[in-house]
Amino acid sequence: MARLVVLGGGVSGHTAATFAAKWLGSAHEVVVVTPNSKWNWIPSNIWVGVGEMSKEDVTFDLAPVYSKAGINFKQAKALSINPEGSESSGKPFVTIEFTSKGNEGKTENIEYDYLINATGPKLNFGATPGLGEGSELGEFTVSVCTADHASHANEEFQKTIQKMKKGERQKFLIGTGHGLCTCQGAAFEYIFNIEHELKKAGVRDMADVKWISNESFLGDFGVGGLHMKSMGFAVSSKIFAESLFTERNVDWIIGAHVNKVEKGKVHYELLDGSMGEEEFDFSMLIPPFAGVGLKAFAKDGSDITSTVFAPNGFMKVDANYSAGAYENWKASDWPSTYQNPTYGNLFACGIAFAPPHPISKPMSSPNGTPINPTPPRTGMPSGIIGKAVAHSICDRILKGENAPLHEASMAHMGAACVASAGKGVFTGTAAAMTIYPVIPDFDKYPGTGRDTDYTFGEIGLAGHWIKHILHHLFLWKAKLKAGWTLIPE
Amino acid sequence: MEKKPEHNIKAYGNNFTTMTPGPFAIKLRTCKIWQFIRFIVINIKMLVVVRKSH
Ligand SMILES: Cc1cc2nc3c(=O)[nH]c(=O)nc-3n(C[C@H](O)[C@H](O)[C@H](O)COP(=O)(O)OP(=O)(O)OC[C@H]3O[C@@H](n4cnc5c(N)ncnc54)[C@H](O)[C@@H]3O)c2cc1C
Repeated sequence: MARLVVLGGGVSGHTAATFAAKWLGSAHEVVVVTPNSKWNWIPSNIWVGVGEMSKEDVTFDLAPVYSKAGINFKQAKALSINPEGSESSGKPFVTIEFTSKGNEGKTENIEYDYLINATGPKLNFGATPGLGEGSELGEFTVSVCTADHASHANEEFQKTIQKMKKGERQKFLIGTGHGLCTCQGAAFEYIFNIEHELKKAGVRDMADVKWISNESFLGDFGVGGLHMKSMGFAVSSKIFAESLFTERNVDWIIGAHVNKVEKGKVHYELLDGSMGEEEFDFSMLIPPFAGVGLKAFAKDGSDITSTVFAPNGFMKVDANYSAGAYENWKASDWPSTYQNPTYGNLFACGIAFAPPHPISKPMSSPNGTPINPTPPRTGMPSGIIGKAVAHSICDRILKGENAPLHEASMAHMGAACVASAGKGVFTGTAAAMTIYPVIPDFDKYPGTGRDTDYTFGEIGLAGHWIKHILHHLFLWKAKLKAGWTLIPE
Repeated sequence: MEKKPEHNIKAYGNNFTTMTPGPFAIKLRTCKIWQFIRFIVINIKMLVVVRKSH
């Protein structure tokens, strides 16, 4: 009997674990280690953050689902990996610390034959003074990165509406809270949902809404922007984004590294090296992401964290980490099997793998401060990669350890993205986009780097319907309800 | 006279060079019949991209 241990029960880990359990059957064991008792459909946190959904609408208990799937569920967080075992045992193992009520703080070593690291991001609020402490959100801004954060964001948002109803003007500042943030898409969705809700509440005239981001142009989204075919043109996402911001009367500051947050005020540095300040009454700033801080130890107990993980804490996989300068970058630098180069039974998927370099053009201010989005790994790639990795491991368990690995490179993969711009069955809108491939391939598609036949985007109610349907579809799939395998990642 | 979709443009401000939708384009975005057609079209396009990605 082989044991597969999956660290992290988010989008990627949950996909990997549930498919692996289905393919392996009861002859082998799948263990999921994840610190929360509930699964969260993160994209819908945006709607929790404006009071259009509750926390309960976007989460469900994992234990019954894993019990149905025959998965051994440990509500715990992984602390370290011993990929060579220890001096007393040759079997690799992972050390976990329980987080479930009554078991907090207890640790356990779980031996494994294969390990998937799908621990996602550490929300690194601590990288910007005043934004938070370590991975804990601070008191001056709000966040929508977790369902709890989003509930809190909504409470604060409702207070601003009450103030505006009493005649007090409010200023909203939404975007990214550091020069190296990713996930601009989530902030983009939030600012337009806020704007939409303000209009619905009849207080839009009392609000100034402003965007602040590390993107060098609006619509970069961490993927270097995209070109979409429209009206016979290949139109840049910059044009689409600027158009939407203007239409909704949202001003912007871009190329900004937020370097300090205080009560009601952010300080920032711009790409041209100048410094600025912006005041706010309500602010949602996405924190930068880092790896969750897993350690790795060799058989003799020595620290080999830097062998297994990149300096940012994400796990090294089969990527080309020595591509060097921007001019040398190739689509083929991106990983395809997600196998750790040192330990063949270790894999990483979703946000947990270390990308070889940014997708957006790297930029820095004359003061040497890097200001550019780091690469996003959105839901669809995270799911597809999780499934491919599970497939590889299942093949190795069932067909032998030389079975070929499955590939899922973001350079050969597209992504469908639906960014909500306001909720409402007949009044809602969303930007429905596809991008193909996610990593631009300038050899194959000179100029834009992408196939404009499969890269498109438009704003409208249809996008909102799709976003809403996806919410129910993915919760259905994650709960492993009838036909779940037919719903694509 | 200021036209509705253009009234947010600020002279020589951040958005002075921006494309803005006209009233017809804005209307189409929530026009139920047109959006139903777009719903079908977008779904097909997305399914093609999803298929190409697996
Ligand atoms: C507000 C918001 C909106 C978004 N909207 C969209 C969208 O519309 N479309 C889209 O495609 N993507 C969207 N994304 C991105 C999407 O959520 C991510 O791409 C996806 O969740 C990544 O999956 P993952 O499994 O790598 O990480 P996660 O889903 O974050 O899962 C990581 C899991 O690991 C667990 N974990 C953490 N530390 C440990 C540890 N030490 N040991 C074990 N487990 C651990 C976490 O608790 C979590 O369960 C959004 C993100 C945010 C924040």
